[in-house]
Amino acid sequence: MTVKHAALAEKFIADEPRTNWHDETLWFVREKRDKAAHGLPEWEQLREWGSQIKNATLSNLANYLKEFEEKATANGIKIHWASDAKEHNEIVHEIIKKYGIQKIVKSKSMLTEECHLNEYLQHNGIEVVDTDLGERIVQFRKEPPSHIVLPAIHLKKEDVSATFHEHLQTEKGNNDPQYLTEAARQHLRNKFVESDLAITGVNFAIAETGGFVVCTNEGNADMGAHTAPVHIACMGFEKLIPKAEHLSVFLRLLARSATGQPITTYSSHFHKPRPNQEMHIVIVDNGRSKQLGREDFRNSLKCIRCAACFNTCPVYRRSGGHSYHTAVAGPIGSILNPNLDMKANADLPFASTLCGSCTNVCPVKINIHEQLWKWRQVIVSEGYVAGSKKISMKGMDFLFSNPKIYRLMGKMGRKSMQLFPFMVNNKFNVWFKQREMPTPPKESFRDWYLKNKKSQN
Amino acid sequence: MSARENILNVIAMNQPEFIEIPVIDSSVMIQYDDVYAQFKTVLESIGGKTELISDTSVLKQQLTADKQNGSFVVNTISALGEVDEQVAFLSASELEKVEKAYVKGTIGVAENGAIWVYESQMINRLIPFICQHLVLVIEKKDIVNTLHQAYEKVEVSKEGFGAFIAGPSKTADIEQSLVIGAHGARSALIYVIE
Repeated sequence: MTVKHAALAEKFIADEPRTNWHDETLWFVREKRDKAAHGLPEWEQLREWGSQIKNATLSNLANYLKEFEEKATANGIKIHWASDAKEHNEIVHEIIKKYGIQKIVKSKSMLTEECHLNEYLQHNGIEVVDTDLGERIVQFRKEPPSHIVLPAIHLKKEDVSATFHEHLQTEKGNNDPQYLTEAARQHLRNKFVESDLAITGVNFAIAETGGFVVCTNEGNADMGAHTAPVHIACMGFEKLIPKAEHLSVFLRLLARSATGQPITTYSSHFHKPRPNQEMHIVIVDNGRSKQLGREDFRNSLKCIRCAACFNTCPVYRRSGGHSYHTAVAGPIGSILNPNLDMKANADLPFASTLCGSCTNVCPVKINIHEQLWKWRQVIVSEGYVAGSKKISMKGMDFLFSNPKIYRLMGKMGRKSMQLFPFMVNNKFNVWFKQREMPTPPKESFRDWYLKNKKSQN
Repeated sequence: MSARENILNVIAMNQPEFIEIPVIDSSVMIQYDDVYAQFKTVLESIGGKTELISDTSVLKQQLTADKQNGSFVVNTISALGEVDEQVAFLSASELEKVEKAYVKGTIGVAENGAIWVYESQMINRLIPFICQHLVLVIEKKDIVNTLHQAYEKVEVSKEGFGAFIAGPSKTADIEQSLVIGAHGARSALIYVIE
């Protein structure tokens, strides 16, 4: 089970120049984040407030949700509750059937990815057009997004050009991003003006006012939501914040952490439907209430989906989003997904060096690397690790608890590496892959210490 | 039991012990020596343009000139002349042809170049998004340092819709190359009245 991420990552890194490009590009985004963060002397205080507001929200969540429902209903918005992905998809499907809706546009929503809404609707003969440029690109290619903020970051412009040539009849070989974006603009403007239903995500839902905020740079959420006669906004219940004034803290943190921008181009605040428009909100649990009950993991629900942890992660940058085989990849995904399905996602908490960089950049101070380490312990005790890992861990346990044998093995290892280097420098040794083994030292630190301590005396 | 009750019950059971909401102390926030200069710098760095004007006469002339050249120009600001109230009733396919829209904003934010626009200032929610070119008008005295001050002045639930708009629509979804003009306005020109 635990080899899934490694096996998928191996495919990704087979193309070395592309892997390097992916690594450097995401690091560049991380650097932009640093620059934006350093521009505000109060940055660390903002992170602390962001964290505290989210802690306070989670501690009184049932009441805030009731308050939100009451206020939103009074605003003329219809609230739906879904226990899991299936219920979420059925609720959306019911609304579509009720109005005989044909034309659907959707802006970015990781929740609908998590629930596999597109596949569900497609299965029922209903087509959804993703309108975020990156999402449209991957939708054409029948791929999932590889990053929650930059869905097509695994692709090069040549790939996009080929995809658009096939689906939008753009000039073959024209790789100019300006030209390709313009083609998507024309194509999607037609989809917007014809749409019967707009589905959007939710960045923040405000308990105090019963409204919600959607952030985009492209304007695609607004183009759909203000055109279609029906708007459905889908949210995990953890998107809630208590008051409108808290938006200032989160909007200041979000875009700076995500891409280094001071704010997204559009931060749209929805409170009431337009005249003759219907507005629905689907509030989804899908394992979140269970995660809330896991003390060690509950604060993963503070996440505002900025993806700063992706961009900084040495493993994500060099393995690509698809190697995480889930809707939300990266470090945060690796602590959210085992909660949804521990067996299927048992490999993910191991796809980390535990370096802690994710925790350091998280705008709401989630202790991501500590949770990864804690998940490993849960997964091992539940028996979800591969046999080979279990055996090698048992072996190490034995070795490290028997100093004499440890010393003997160390000696044998050093000697054999000196005399028979081919014994470690071969393809059966995974540590030899893509790297040189270090020159073995002549003696162990212990031997050196005993010798030198003696000579000092 | 309905999904609603079930979810709320499990949450109530699983949520940690009550924690107070922190008080946000706005006195620690950044303050700029010249909020207009900061606003202009940030806005230009995100693809927008600013022009400082002493009164609305320049704007009125510009609007008249735009209207005369035959393209579909929408004015939603009464101080500039006749307001195109009919856009409230136009469909998206009709509004898709809007070349330029003049819209008044409530507050400008120096730290990020964003401008708050109420639904009533847009007349139709689609206007600032669907137009090819957006002209926003604010008053210099309405530029504040940060979002905290902006949210103190704006009442987000006063109307059915409102938005912070910061510059033109953009994307970097193709190889991280910045392209201005994704789905929304291709340009954003902000007139700041002294």
